[in-house]
Amino acid sequence: MFAFILRRAGQGLLVIAVMVVLVFFGVNVVGDPVWILVSPDMTQDQIAEVARSLGLDRPIQEQFFLFVGGILQGELGRSFVHGTPAIGLILERMPATLELALVALMLAIVVGIPLGLYAGLYPDSAPARGIMAVSILGFSLPTFWVGLMLIMVFSVMLGWLPATGRGPVGHFLGIPTSLVSWQGWVHILLPAINLALLKISLVIRLARAGAREAVLQDYVKFARAKGLGRGRIVGVHILKNIMIPIVTILGLEFGSLVAFSVVTETIFSWPGMGRLLLEAIQRLDRPVIVAYVIVVVCLFVVINLMVDIIYSLLDPRVRLSEAAT
Amino acid sequence: MTVHLRAISGAVAAFLLTSMPVLAQDFRLGVAAEPTSMDPHFHNLSPNNQVMRHIFEPLVFMDETQKIGPGLATSWKVIDDTTWEFKLKPGVKFHDGSDFGVDDVIATMKRAPDVPKSPASFGSYIRGKTFEKVDDLTFRVKTPGPEPLMLNHLAQIWIISRKNAAMTTEDYNAGKAAIGTGPYRFSEYVAGDRVVLTRNDSYWGEKPTWGKVTIRPVKSDPTRVAALLSGDLDAIEAVPSADAQRLKADSRLTVASALSNRVIYFHLDRHREDSPFIKGKDGAAIKNPLNDLKVRTALSKALNRTAIVERIMENEAQPASQFVPDSYPGTSKALKPVPYDLEGAKKLLAEAGLSNGFKVTIHGPNGRYTNDAKILEAAGQMWSRLGLDVAVEAIPAANFFSRASTGGANGTPEFSLFLVGWSAGTGEPSDSVKALVTTYNREKGTGSANRGRYSNPKVDELLLTAIRTVDDAKRNALLAEATEIAIKDVAIIPIHYPLNTWAAKKGFSIKPRSDEYTLAMSFKKD
Repeated sequence: MFAFILRRAGQGLLVIAVMVVLVFFGVNVVGDPVWILVSPDMTQDQIAEVARSLGLDRPIQEQFFLFVGGILQGELGRSFVHGTPAIGLILERMPATLELALVALMLAIVVGIPLGLYAGLYPDSAPARGIMAVSILGFSLPTFWVGLMLIMVFSVMLGWLPATGRGPVGHFLGIPTSLVSWQGWVHILLPAINLALLKISLVIRLARAGAREAVLQDYVKFARAKGLGRGRIVGVHILKNIMIPIVTILGLEFGSLVAFSVVTETIFSWPGMGRLLLEAIQRLDRPVIVAYVIVVVCLFVVINLMVDIIYSLLDPRVRLSEAAT
Repeated sequence: MTVHLRAISGAVAAFLLTSMPVLAQDFRLGVAAEPTSMDPHFHNLSPNNQVMRHIFEPLVFMDETQKIGPGLATSWKVIDDTTWEFKLKPGVKFHDGSDFGVDDVIATMKRAPDVPKSPASFGSYIRGKTFEKVDDLTFRVKTPGPEPLMLNHLAQIWIISRKNAAMTTEDYNAGKAAIGTGPYRFSEYVAGDRVVLTRNDSYWGEKPTWGKVTIRPVKSDPTRVAALLSGDLDAIEAVPSADAQRLKADSRLTVASALSNRVIYFHLDRHREDSPFIKGKDGAAIKNPLNDLKVRTALSKALNRTAIVERIMENEAQPASQFVPDSYPGTSKALKPVPYDLEGAKKLLAEAGLSNGFKVTIHGPNGRYTNDAKILEAAGQMWSRLGLDVAVEAIPAANFFSRASTGGANGTPEFSLFLVGWSAGTGEPSDSVKALVTTYNREKGTGSANRGRYSNPKVDELLLTAIRTVDDAKRNALLAEATEIAIKDVAIIPIHYPLNTWAAKKGFSIKPRSDEYTLAMSFKKD
């Protein structure tokens, strides 16, 4: 187990190194951040002074070596735009994104699994067909459009839910979160639904396919022959077996929920790190972009590790050393 | 919607919103861009400055039309060409209760130009000026040469308490040092989410209207409008031009606009004999046609500014004739927007020996100014009608400005014919003329944004004389003359001045500002 974790960490470091090099030079190709940062009425000398103070007047290779030197001393660089440490900016906004992704993931599980299970057990019934039709919509409608429609209907027309922002932030076990208050939930509902829609559809399809396959298996027939109740067959035997692919996929999807909630965060003005990334890209704030990539790669490594561990708990046939190969 | 559903929705809304009592004195303001810091001297950028203006104040104020008036300094006089004397308002207190005086001014002027890692400092307003204390409420400013724009410059500097002069940007962000003399006190800053301000009850000026002001960045245009319609926000800035007419017709809202100090214009390559994005129709290299006044005039005449304003800007703009709207001082009243005249333009092109036209790629930013890419496309079509082969390339702003400034050979500007915008923060055209059309010269600091490298000794001379002329009338006449020469020479092709539009709930009055600042002080409850 320990060797497995160590090997995973090693792989993660390699990915981080490659990504950092790609992003660092990639951003440089886009343009020179100085021209975005300065106020237009500054003179040539003042502009050159800004480039000097941010180290942007040096050749790009030299900038890169300085940056790597900084990393080795535990310093990821300061945001060009904010002047504060880039990693701090990201960590400051991370709880907002994490809670949004968690609620979206929860919605995907709570809504997606029962609906998918139902559609798998009674594939020819009218509600099952309805569920599948809706899941196609969930797959095909673009997130930004659904988000605007949700705002239009639930905020502007009905006035039930706020259109933007995060609720008041409290603390739960020392973690700043808006989920401790009623207002927090009122604010998170629309963006979480928007973010979860695609995942709900995905879970429905996975659960349906899994259930349809499972009901034909020998162990289900055997359980039925043994006289087990329908509830126990579905709730324990089928559910546990279809959970394996769902956990794998949801684990990976959680990573993408966190890393790429950019669209939802922008539309709902959610103060998370996705919006920070978008603004950093628009302003060529290279330290923030690079730090973001590092954080996200770490996140994926940790999530994958957790998925493997949960996987081994759900399916005793799987050993972690095998999963690693 | 049926009455029944309305009743249910009303009940649900009441239920959901009960735990969020909205006090009458609360004011929730949605802005389009987020401030990057709470340090008043870190980043000279409108989204920052407009938030700072609530907490901090400058020595002289600019009103909503950028006219200058007394602020923390009540009076001033010019002692001689290079010395000014200012008297401060007595009895002004900082939010922490300490007295405001000359020492604070001097500490501010020392800190503001030298904030570490500042991407756009206030140095250009302060460098070269020496501040000397006379007594606690009087100080003198000495400059190496005459400085007629003294007041315009001092109007940009936020005065901090001398106690906080050594504080870092992080200290300001944390609120520890965000102590000014302004009508609102700093209360909370959640990066990316909100800035919360509370009323300064001991404010020296007109009593602030709102008990609590929450400024929330909502970047997405449709969401900002939706948040106003749904009641999340009381007022918003930067109403998208596509929605402005509809919101004006909505009886639940008040909408107000002001002509901004920004001009959207085309800059033309004047420094190369063979401009990289201009070719003959057969693809062969030709002599840069933009060096011919007839061609430049033809391009200007072929632009249908009225159509751009009406169709693309949906009337949220005015056709432009020069660097700043002629309601500002220092502008030419003789210049009018060049009328659309396609036949005349074709004739001029023929006279220039280019009746067959030429191939050109025009460039512009995408998403930096309102409808910038659409205007670029429209201009491309209009110039096609003139007989040119036009290719249009709209580039993300992050990439555009570095290429437009230094993307060409040897760090010269890259493009041939390109759309840009310029706003006159000082409320008169001297900075515009100096940056855009005087000769590019790094030592003198002229032509810093002259990406076309236009050069005309007459314009240079007039401008340099103007910025050393303290007498307002004389200076404004010189600036108007420089403007007329540059515009008649088609150094730039002005397109339009955008309107800035604000919207608020019914029952609020809005005092729109030409400097694009969105301030809680501009909104009143009727």
